[in-house]
Amino acid sequence: MAETATAQRTVKFIITRRETPEAAPYTEEFEVPYRPNMNVISALMEIQRNPVKADGNKTAPVCWESNCLEEVCGACSMVINGKPRQACSALIDKLEQPIRLEPMSTFPVVRDLVINRERMFQALKKVKAWIPIDGTYDLGPGPRMAESKRQWAYELSKCMTCGVCLEACPNVNERNSFIGPAAISQVRLFNAHPTGEMNAHERLDELMEDGGIEGCGNSQNCVRSCPKGIPLTTSIAAINGDTTKRLFKKWLSM
Amino acid sequence: MKGNSYYSRKLHSLLGVIPLGLFMIEHALTNYSAFEGGQQGFKDSVDFLHGMPLVFFLEMFIIWLPILFHGVYGLYIAYQSNSNVGNFNYGRNWAFTLQRVTGVITFIFVVWHVYETRLQVTFGNTTYEELGSHMHDIVSNPVVFAIYVIAVLAATFHFANGLWAFLVSWGITVGPRAQKVSFRICLGIFVIVSVLFLLSLFAFGSDEFASAPITAFTSASAV
Repeated sequence: MAETATAQRTVKFIITRRETPEAAPYTEEFEVPYRPNMNVISALMEIQRNPVKADGNKTAPVCWESNCLEEVCGACSMVINGKPRQACSALIDKLEQPIRLEPMSTFPVVRDLVINRERMFQALKKVKAWIPIDGTYDLGPGPRMAESKRQWAYELSKCMTCGVCLEACPNVNERNSFIGPAAISQVRLFNAHPTGEMNAHERLDELMEDGGIEGCGNSQNCVRSCPKGIPLTTSIAAINGDTTKRLFKKWLSM
Repeated sequence: MKGNSYYSRKLHSLLGVIPLGLFMIEHALTNYSAFEGGQQGFKDSVDFLHGMPLVFFLEMFIIWLPILFHGVYGLYIAYQSNSNVGNFNYGRNWAFTLQRVTGVITFIFVVWHVYETRLQVTFGNTTYEELGSHMHDIVSNPVVFAIYVIAVLAATFHFANGLWAFLVSWGITVGPRAQKVSFRICLGIFVIVSVLFLLSLFAFGSDEFASAPITAFTSASAV
């Protein structure tokens, strides 16, 4: 008797969908057979295999993006029960039902749960989030990094450009050009690197423009939402300090 | 918005603390003299302020122009922000939303308050000597009194939370521990400045400020 009850257990989903980027969003309900240790991705795979809504009518399978399935690539970020997070690490047993899935609509929605995170990669290009090491001859090894510094810098390097901090930020929206917390934290990472430091001023200058670091309004949702636990608000405050120093140095022509 | 918004935002942040934050504390202390020293105490404070040299320019550069820039640019910042306290029900996020709400309330209130007090002096409808009883007439209306209480709390919250954010925006409080300590200090400032303003509001509402200063002075000495 107990076994029959387990076999019939289902997981309820309410999924916000849309067919094209311009189309109006609508919701569809699904009931997926429960299996132990399910996550949101495996439930979406179940819907893909059997695209039938809760009311029994067939529908187009729900589109989503995923890749690594171990919360390091950031591709499957979506809004699950109101909070942006990765679908792969969202375990069904730990979610309140019905489970509401929505795309992170701060970004352009491509289809259903698929979004375009292009703006984040553009932001990394804008702030020059890399370390220039190319030369016309062998430049040799760069300066060493202190272990104490490496330890906190490593935490910043865990950023997977997933977009959760931008989705959580009330200042990343269509009326605001704010670059978002992720890129600012990457500036801190690359400015902390002994070789990257040589171009620190270029990265700071990029943040001292329209849509730069001034867009931060200190809601601190980013640090509460980051799946990698990156101290984003500490990065923002540290870069606030660095840009302020740069501001005064520029005025004094130092 | 034309020009580099980094500079506008930085100026907005600076003006909120220097001079506007300092002016706010000065205003709270001046008003508190009404609670501490009654009609005469308040009149002395007002006389002291208006006896300052170049008072017109002090008012213009320390109060009017900074308020105008901070207020107008602040409205633009508020317009640029979303509020998502529903999905992100965190203290700091509430403070973010409240900072914008109280900013708008304060700006509207300040325009009305300046019209009602400072501009009435300019128009000749009242004088600096009569300001105490003028305030009494204003806050005797219970609705207006309630509006003053709400506006004063909104303005003080905006100042205290703005001071906290100023310390972050200029890179002074960087880590979570520093921000926690500055939060406690700013909370203390909020409580103290609020109490100063509220006590002075009650003082203005009391019978002591009911009549012109001269009679009040004699009745005070009779007591």
